[in-house]
Amino acid sequence: MAQAATLNATQEGNPTGWKRWVMSTNHKDIGTMYLFFAIIAGLVGGFLSIAMRLELQEPGLQYFTNPQTYNVFVTGHGLIMVFFVVMPALIGGFGNWFVPLMIGAPDMAFPRMNNISFWLLPAALGLLIISLFVEGAPGSDGFGGGWTVYPPLATMGHPGPALDFGILSLHLAGASSILGAINFITTILNMRAPGMTMHKMPLFAWAILVTAFLLLLSLPVLAGAITMLLTDRNFGTAFFDSANGGDPILYQHLFWFFGHPEVYIMILPGFGMISHIISTFSKKPIFGYLGMAYAMVAIGAVGFIVWAHHMYTAGLALNTQRYFMFATMVIAVPTGVKIFSWIATMWGGSIRFTAPMQWAMGFIFLFTIGGVTGIVLANAGIDRNLHNTYYVVAHFHYVLSLGAVFSIFAGFYYWFPKMSGRIIPDWIGIFHFWVAFVGSNVLFFPMHFTGLSGMPRHYVDYPEAFAGWNRISSYGSYIFAAGLLIFFYGILRAYLSPVRAVNNPWGEGAKTLEWTLSSPPPHHQFDMLPRFSGSGH
Amino acid sequence: MAFPVRDPRMRRIPRLDGENTIMTRWTFGATLVVLLSACFAGAAFAGTGQPSPWQINMQTPVTEIAQFLGTLHDSVNIVITVIAAFVFLLLAIVVFRFNEKVNPVPSKTTHHTGFEIAWTLIPALILVGIAIPSFRLLTMQVQLPKADITVKAVAHQWYWSYEYTEDQGGGFAFDSYMLSPEDAVKANQPALLAVDNELVLPAGKTIVVQVVGADVIHNFAIPSFGVRMDAVPGRLNQTWFNTDREGMYYGQCSRLCGANHAYMPIAVRIVSAEKYAAWLTEAKKKFASKDVKPVALAANE
Repeated sequence: MAQAATLNATQEGNPTGWKRWVMSTNHKDIGTMYLFFAIIAGLVGGFLSIAMRLELQEPGLQYFTNPQTYNVFVTGHGLIMVFFVVMPALIGGFGNWFVPLMIGAPDMAFPRMNNISFWLLPAALGLLIISLFVEGAPGSDGFGGGWTVYPPLATMGHPGPALDFGILSLHLAGASSILGAINFITTILNMRAPGMTMHKMPLFAWAILVTAFLLLLSLPVLAGAITMLLTDRNFGTAFFDSANGGDPILYQHLFWFFGHPEVYIMILPGFGMISHIISTFSKKPIFGYLGMAYAMVAIGAVGFIVWAHHMYTAGLALNTQRYFMFATMVIAVPTGVKIFSWIATMWGGSIRFTAPMQWAMGFIFLFTIGGVTGIVLANAGIDRNLHNTYYVVAHFHYVLSLGAVFSIFAGFYYWFPKMSGRIIPDWIGIFHFWVAFVGSNVLFFPMHFTGLSGMPRHYVDYPEAFAGWNRISSYGSYIFAAGLLIFFYGILRAYLSPVRAVNNPWGEGAKTLEWTLSSPPPHHQFDMLPRFSGSGH
Repeated sequence: MAFPVRDPRMRRIPRLDGENTIMTRWTFGATLVVLLSACFAGAAFAGTGQPSPWQINMQTPVTEIAQFLGTLHDSVNIVITVIAAFVFLLLAIVVFRFNEKVNPVPSKTTHHTGFEIAWTLIPALILVGIAIPSFRLLTMQVQLPKADITVKAVAHQWYWSYEYTEDQGGGFAFDSYMLSPEDAVKANQPALLAVDNELVLPAGKTIVVQVVGADVIHNFAIPSFGVRMDAVPGRLNQTWFNTDREGMYYGQCSRLCGANHAYMPIAVRIVSAEKYAAWLTEAKKKFASKDVKPVALAANE
C-alpha cells in the first residue's frame, strides 16, 4: 500500500484549482466536466424547444415574425440535443466515469487524449452558437436546414457563412467523439481487471464498446459528407449539385449512413445503464446476460445496413425500398430481446422502487412505445403517409427524449451518490420522474395524432385543424420543463445537506465494482488491480 | 361511387370491440386502453381531403392505395397497441407481485432457454406477418401503371407550378401560390391549404405525376391519396393516383425548403371527365401567356 501511495503522489498528485479541470487527465473529473457541459447545453437546447412550443401553441405567427428564424431554432435544437447533450452525457459523462470503474481499470487508456476529447466540445458548441448569429439564408441569421443539412438547401439555400461555422463545429464534435471512441475501445479491450473476461464484463461496458465502434465507423462518413458540402459551398465542387453532374441524393445516403448508427449511439449506453439499474433494484443478476450483450452487438451491426429507411420518399427503386424495409424490421427482434430480458430480470425479483428504478421502468415502457411506432414507420408503404410528419417527430422523441434522456436521468440519480458522495433525497427524483413522465407524454403523444392526420414537420405555422393537439403538446412541454426545476433543486439539496453517501447506498443488488470504492472514489482508484472473481453469467 | 370508400365511423367500431375484450381479461393493463378508447370515442372524424380538428387518424382515403395504406396502418396499429399493452401489463404485474414487501426473497433465475427462444421467434413471426401485405402495398405504390394523364409538378421556393402536356389536351403551365388566410376565408376554403390555381384532374383516370424541384428539395404530398414524393432538383421522380371521388384534396410541402416551407400547399381538384374537358379549354386561354418550359434537369442546362 505504501508503494501505491507514493505512486499516487509522484505521478499526478491531486492537482487543484483550474489546473485540476482544464489540464485534467482524470477520467472522473473529465466525466464530471462532460456531465456539466451536457446540462448547460441541455438548457440551451431546451430553451430552443420551449420557444418552438410557444410558437406552435396557436396557429399563426406569434413570436417568430421571420419563419426562417424558427427553422434555425429547429436545427439548433436538433444539433445541440444530439451532439452536445445526449452524446456527451451518456458517452463522455457516464462512459468516462464508470467504464474504468466497472472494469477495474485505474483510468482510461489515453488520459491526455481524453482531455482533448472533452475540450474540443466547448469549442464545437461555441462555433455552433456563433453560427446562430451570422448570416445563413439571404437576409436572416443562422442555418435553418434541419440537423440533416440536406443540400441544395444547405448550399444554394444558405449562401451566408452560418453553415460553414456549423460544419466546422460538427467536425470538432466528430473528432472529439472519434478520439473518445478510440480511447474507450482500447480501455475496454486491454484494461479489464484480471479475471474479467469479455463475457463477464458489465453490460454498460459492453454498451459503450459497441457504441464506440459505431462512432468510429460512422463519424468519418459524416465528416466526409460535410467536407464535400463545405467544398461545394466554398470551392466550386459539385458533389451534390445536379446542375453540374452531382447528386443531392448522394448526400442523403452518406448522411444517413452516419445518421442511423447515430441513433443507436444515442440509445445503446442507455440500454447498458438501464440493465444495471434494473438488476440492482430487483436484487437479481441480469436475465440472459449473453443475449443482452449480443443483442446490442446485433443492433449495432444491423444499424449500419438500414440507413435508407430515412429516404423512402426520395424516389428510390422498388427493390431498394424492399430491402431497407426488410432490414429495418429485423432490428425489432434484438430490441424485443432487450425489453423482455429486462422484464424477466425484474420477474421474481424483490424490487425497491427508488428514483433511478422508477426512471428505468418508465424508460422501458416509453421506449417500447417509441419502438413499436418504429415498426409502423419501417413499412415503406405506410411511411408514404407518415414520412416527415409529426408522427416521425413523436417516434424519435419517444426513443430519444423519453428513451435516451430518461436513461440519462435514471443514470444520474443512480450514480449521483457515487460521483458526488452526496445524496439527493429519493422523493425528489421520484417527484421529478412523475412530472417528467406526465409532461413528456402530454407533449409527445398527441404528435402521433397530428402526424397521422398529416401535419408536416418543420412548420412554423399550420392549418387551424391541427390547433387542438398542438396546444396540448405545448402544455406538456411546460410541464416537462417544470420538472427540470425539481432536478436542480435536488442537486442543490444534496450539496446543502450534511448527509454523505456510503460506498454502496443501494444495497445487496449493486454488484459492479464501482460500489466497492468510496463515494466519491479516490482521485486514483485501483492502485492494486482488483482480481475479478465474479461468477460467469 | 365506383369503389367503396371506407366511412371512418365504420372503421372505429370493431377496433373498440377488440379493445373491450382485452379490457375484460386484463383489468389493470386496461386502464391505458380505457384512456385510449375514451380518446377514440371523443375524437372528431377524419376529414376528407384535409385534416379536421382533434383528428387522431389518417385522412379519409380516396384512392385504392390510400385505402390499403389506411387498412394496413390500422391493423399494424392494433398489433403494436397490443404489444405495448402487453409490456405495460407485465410491468404492472412486476410492480404488484415482485416488490420488496410482497416478495422479500429474490429468485436466482437468470436463464430460461424456452422463453429466450420464444421472445426472439414470436416477434420475428409477427414481423413477417406485417411484411407480407406491406410488400404488396409498396409494390402498388412504386410500380407505375399505364398513365391516362401525365402532369408535371415543379416545386419552387415557395410555390408549385403544374404543367399539362400538349398531346393530352394541355400545352400550358401555371403557378400555384397559397391564398392569404383572408382570401382563403373569402373563398370558403381552409387557410394555409387553399391556393389560387388548383391542380385540376379528372376522376377515374390514372394520373402519373412527375415531381421535380427547381431550386431545393421539396415534397409533393397528398395524404388522402397516399402519395408523397420528394421534388429533387435534377431528378425526375414519378408517383401516381387514381380516384373516383370528385372534390378538393389538400396536401402540404413535406420537405424543409426554407423560410416559407409552411406556406406552399398543394391543392388538387378532382372533377368529372366533362368538367375536366371544359376546364382544359378554359385553362388553355387563361394560362396561354406562360410557356411550357422543359423542367430544369441537369442535362438541359
